[in-house]
Amino acid sequence: MTTPTLNIKEFLDQDEKKDLLRLLTAGSVDDGKSTLIGRLLFDSKKLYEDQLVALERDSKRVGNAGENNIDYALLLDGLKAEREQGITIDVAYRYFSTNKRKFIIADTPGHEQYTRNMITGGSTANLAIILVDARTGVITQTKRHSYLISLLGIKHVVLAVNKMDLVDYSQSVFDKIVDDYKTFVAPFNIPDIQCIPLSALKGDNVVELSENMDWYTGMPLLGFLETVHVASDQNFENFRYPVQYVSRPNLDFRGFCGKIASGIVQKGDEVVALPSGKKSRVKSIYTYDGELVKAFPPQSVTLTLEDEIDVSRGEMLVHPSDLPRIGRNFEAMLVWMDEKTMDAGQQYYLKHTTNTTRAHIDSVRYKVDVNTLRQSAADVLALNEIGRVTLATNKPLFFDPYKDNKNCGAFILIDPITNNTCAVGMIIDKINSKDIASNITDDVRKKMSEGISAVSMEEKAKRLDQEGCVFSIAGNSAEAKREYAYMLERRLTDIGRTVAVIDAVALQLDSDICDRIGRTLRMQGLVVICITCDGAGNDDNLVVITQERNKGSMISISTERNKISSAVEDVVNKIVQ
Amino acid sequence: MSEYKLSHLKELEAEAIYIIREVAAEFQNPVMLYSIGKDSSVMVRLAEKAFAPGKVPFPLMHIDSKWKFREMIEFRDQYARDHDWNLIVESNEEAFKAGVGPFTHGSKVHTDLMKTQALLAALDKYKFDAAFGGARRDEEKSRAKERIFSFRDRFHQWDPKNQRPELWDIYNTKVNKGESIRVFPLSNWTELDVWQYIRLENIPIVPLYFAKERPIVNIDGNLIMADDDRMPEKYREQAKMMKVRFRTLGCYPLTGAIESDADTIEKIVEEMMTTTKSERTTRVIDFDQEASMEQKKREGYF
Repeated sequence: MTTPTLNIKEFLDQDEKKDLLRLLTAGSVDDGKSTLIGRLLFDSKKLYEDQLVALERDSKRVGNAGENNIDYALLLDGLKAEREQGITIDVAYRYFSTNKRKFIIADTPGHEQYTRNMITGGSTANLAIILVDARTGVITQTKRHSYLISLLGIKHVVLAVNKMDLVDYSQSVFDKIVDDYKTFVAPFNIPDIQCIPLSALKGDNVVELSENMDWYTGMPLLGFLETVHVASDQNFENFRYPVQYVSRPNLDFRGFCGKIASGIVQKGDEVVALPSGKKSRVKSIYTYDGELVKAFPPQSVTLTLEDEIDVSRGEMLVHPSDLPRIGRNFEAMLVWMDEKTMDAGQQYYLKHTTNTTRAHIDSVRYKVDVNTLRQSAADVLALNEIGRVTLATNKPLFFDPYKDNKNCGAFILIDPITNNTCAVGMIIDKINSKDIASNITDDVRKKMSEGISAVSMEEKAKRLDQEGCVFSIAGNSAEAKREYAYMLERRLTDIGRTVAVIDAVALQLDSDICDRIGRTLRMQGLVVICITCDGAGNDDNLVVITQERNKGSMISISTERNKISSAVEDVVNKIVQ
Repeated sequence: MSEYKLSHLKELEAEAIYIIREVAAEFQNPVMLYSIGKDSSVMVRLAEKAFAPGKVPFPLMHIDSKWKFREMIEFRDQYARDHDWNLIVESNEEAFKAGVGPFTHGSKVHTDLMKTQALLAALDKYKFDAAFGGARRDEEKSRAKERIFSFRDRFHQWDPKNQRPELWDIYNTKVNKGESIRVFPLSNWTELDVWQYIRLENIPIVPLYFAKERPIVNIDGNLIMADDDRMPEKYREQAKMMKVRFRTLGCYPLTGAIESDADTIEKIVEEMMTTTKSERTTRVIDFDQEASMEQKKREGYF
């Protein structure tokens, strides 16, 4: 122990230069996931300690933790609610380091709510470890996990074929599983797939190469995780700078704070602000630690510009020669995360980069069964369902396809009533206006040719929050008919109904035409009040015929003013009830 | 492409700055909870970085339980002055006047009244809609599962089974009146990261973190410092000078010291790397009841 502080300094100097790998583990307890994670956490700490050669260690303390006595799963035990119910809720994050890298594991349960959990845990991951039991090989769950991983655009997958000790470390068993898996995932475009035979329990090929599998020529799991090249997974091509916060501490400084979403920006670069289209040049890339010459993702910086142009949060700075898509209509893969099923008539908040706007789902093209990958028709998506949808936003978005640029292709939907994050989406691409037209299916086109609207009565009823109906008022006194009609209109409007009045007397429409107009508007979901030209037999009465969707009624009302008022209130009371 | 690669600390820093700015941009009335501990010190530095050259656009708030180490309070006041921070200090004065303290009422009652209730009252008083905390996910089991933007209902409660999905770096900041979000910019930092960052950035921290001879009493196996005369005499008279330091800081009667010679950050890290006890084991409050941190979080304490 001559100079221990020097050694720790060396260690810290080395440590501070390490990079970060975020990884996702998918698989169930049965696959030995907890054991594997526990081993990575535990063995890497031991490794770490071994690194500190000059350090004094209490060997007894370390020695006590003999690995045979360790229940790795206990290292990972979670919330009280989980322990009581024996289930794992949601995503848990674990941290470990080796002398080469720091790791963040998003640990997601494989069973219940798997889609929601895996998507949540995987959104920030560079790499996914999919666990397979060597005895069972590729199963439905493996396929489901792989599909979700490809959907999230995770570029590196490790297929960890676990429990090799239980199949006599057989190469042929391993090769068969690898073949099955590669055939299955071929359409998914996962660029980097590593298959590693291991036994988490025995430690084979986890940290050290296993002597039991000399036929395996690759790296052990930890060695692979330490060296896999993920830096270039970032998009360094297309400069996108969503403005997050505008800083004006004094009159001389106006900074646009943000995180570089993609691409590289250099001092002096010409930039254009979206949506204004105003151009300027980057005057400085300011940080607390001094100015930078260039910045790249995921750095958080503050840009100042040569010219005083107005840019606010939610707007974007880009290079003029390389614009993102700009538009209000796009297609996306949408994962529904909420107990409350999608509502096609509802507007949601959509948050994309730093930009929040209102949006609605135009159509669900199909939904995907994550177990079979089969596509089927659907009107809406429910919890854990995934579908290809078209969306329309109120404000234009500045985006790229998710596969090219995750940060500018991802968005979330927020329910405006519960404020819950109800869905998450990955943009496929913009839809041009001509494609929006072709969006109409044959089914709808056939209906349209028969004069049936593509917007159903149900949808209209939902939007207006009312069922359409017609009140036809007949009577000899035009004055009494109008009194009833306009009082009714007033009161129905007061209670939130959308009402149209047709004064057939003033318009000189005969009964038949008035009737047809009334019915047409009712079909549009309106509450229609028709002042018809018809008489009512005597001067003392009005006759009101009410036609609703499946029923009708007729009442007779005295033309005395107070009787008309009370008749109107009767109608309103009935509706309110 | 290595010239375009960030070290893990720089990546964590960039992530935290982004989170802090997102709160400043999207909430009406945020506050940064400041515990005077090392994590708070790092968080405060990150906030300064996020808004430089401007001032941080929200206040710091310290919930003073009235039983903090004296050195903590001195450090707090000095720091706020030097850095021109808008510092709010709030306490449960009523309970304090009634004489509530850990020696007389036990850790559970003390923590509930002087920390949890004081915090909730202060959040209500100022109607903060977002509150930053320096908690890390590697600290404790229930924190490992908490979101970075953690929703709290009108009663400041956390519902672990009903957390909002949190994807990419797109944070849902929508709340209704009376509801709020706790935000944890250091979620992905480990204890080692925090020390590394303090070392790299020369961030000042309370001297109690460094080993020094201090008057120590062994109470039920915890090494408690005799910090003032409110410690009952039967304990105070047992006090012996011992070379100790503190891994975490809180109310002095509830914070156990460890025997140590580590008087520099390097030595602290060295000690940390070779110890098998986790950081919070020196906190007396965590052992009150089964899963007590989770319980406290549900009740509104971080």
